[in-house]
Amino acid sequence: MVALYVGTKKGAWIFRGDGARKKWKLEGPHLLGQLVSHIVADPRDPKSVLMAAKPGHLGPTVYRSVDGGKTFKEAAAPPAFPKGHKQSVKVVFWLTPGHASRPGEWYAGTGPHGIFRSRDGGATWESVDGFNAHPDRVKWFGEGEQGPPDDPNTHSIIVDPRDANHLYAGFSIGGFFESPDGGASWKPLNKGVAADFLPPGEYEYGHDPHCVRISPAKPDRLYQQNHCGMYRLDRPGDAWERIGRNMPKEIGDIGFPIQPHPTDPDTAWVFPMDGTQVWPRTSPGGRPAVYVTRNAGKTWKRQDKGFPKSQAWFTVKRQCFAADAEKNVGLYLGTTSGQIWMSRNEGEKWEPMASHLPPITSLESGPRT
Amino acid sequence: MTVVHVPSPLFSYTGNRAEVKATGATLAEILNDLDRQFPGFKFRVIDEHDRIRSTILFYIGGRVTRNLLDFVGAADEVHIIAALSGG
Repeated sequence: MVALYVGTKKGAWIFRGDGARKKWKLEGPHLLGQLVSHIVADPRDPKSVLMAAKPGHLGPTVYRSVDGGKTFKEAAAPPAFPKGHKQSVKVVFWLTPGHASRPGEWYAGTGPHGIFRSRDGGATWESVDGFNAHPDRVKWFGEGEQGPPDDPNTHSIIVDPRDANHLYAGFSIGGFFESPDGGASWKPLNKGVAADFLPPGEYEYGHDPHCVRISPAKPDRLYQQNHCGMYRLDRPGDAWERIGRNMPKEIGDIGFPIQPHPTDPDTAWVFPMDGTQVWPRTSPGGRPAVYVTRNAGKTWKRQDKGFPKSQAWFTVKRQCFAADAEKNVGLYLGTTSGQIWMSRNEGEKWEPMASHLPPITSLESGPRT
Repeated sequence: MTVVHVPSPLFSYTGNRAEVKATGATLAEILNDLDRQFPGFKFRVIDEHDRIRSTILFYIGGRVTRNLLDFVGAADEVHIIAALSGG
């Protein structure tokens, strides 16, 4: 059974599909009224589901379920900076399950920038001081409230499936960084990435990655949707290639999410949005479309069958584009207008799956149950 | 025992009670006792550096305070106020 975990500005829902993904059972709302930045099921244990949440008036926290998402209990020790740190956690923004060899290990990214680790399935969280107390932190990210309108946040925490200690993380704003030692040390990994909002020049850090995903089929390959374009990086190389240059000029290569294919490393999908002038961040021209590459970014094909043809101004946030692991890969898009769109055939045709939800803040496909 | 008035966003901790009782000579001690009774309560209103969250106000005996070390008198009641917001 395919499961889809949906976080919104007003709570979370879980969709469970039949084998054909034609009928969906809707569960929820969970934590109605709370901002759910991310809800993620554990691929190592589908009974375990974590949710990063924040009621509008109260401090941020993590909820966890050990019964597959039926009930949720608050973490006993949510992510919090240690004494002496100047900042306090305003939002838990991102959740990543740890390596397959380390059951119960999870990572969380916060706003302001912070990385936290749990070793007990999300019940208690510890500061990853190798990042949170890094001496270059102020140099990398500034000292105050610099950042995007929704506050700076840490996202795209990636654990290399071949090495539990090899981590990546994205920082809006700050750039994309890598740790070879489980978070003890970090270095920027932004060569080749544009930062058009800064004075002309090459920068080691200070970029704005919106979403970075590792190819499950080829973990040496990373795809990045940045504030300034779409990129691919093949390790051990360290220079990103701007594959968005091959997008149609009238569409551009701006957006939030990017989604690699689960088994084909040359295939990835993007959802371009308008990045002109004041950055509307809506479907260009009011005509939503996904673009797919089947050759690692050399060419792109428009996939808009099923989407409205005009006056449809979708915004899809960075955690809101998911793929399942079925044979004909299913794709799922969540919009800030509370709609979920799905495709059962790798983007060839789209149809609305749900409407009238609150603004969608995250959407993740879970392990088969 | 001090009577503490709790706003609705915190009802999930207090078992839907708008009024609870706590022991303490200062606001900080009152909050520590509330956290003992209702685990997780304190972090919802106080951050990890013991700063009152920007969306929370405390009143002691009808007087607003942002100082956790303020004394709570025997006859004082404590009100916890959550900011109103739209949307």
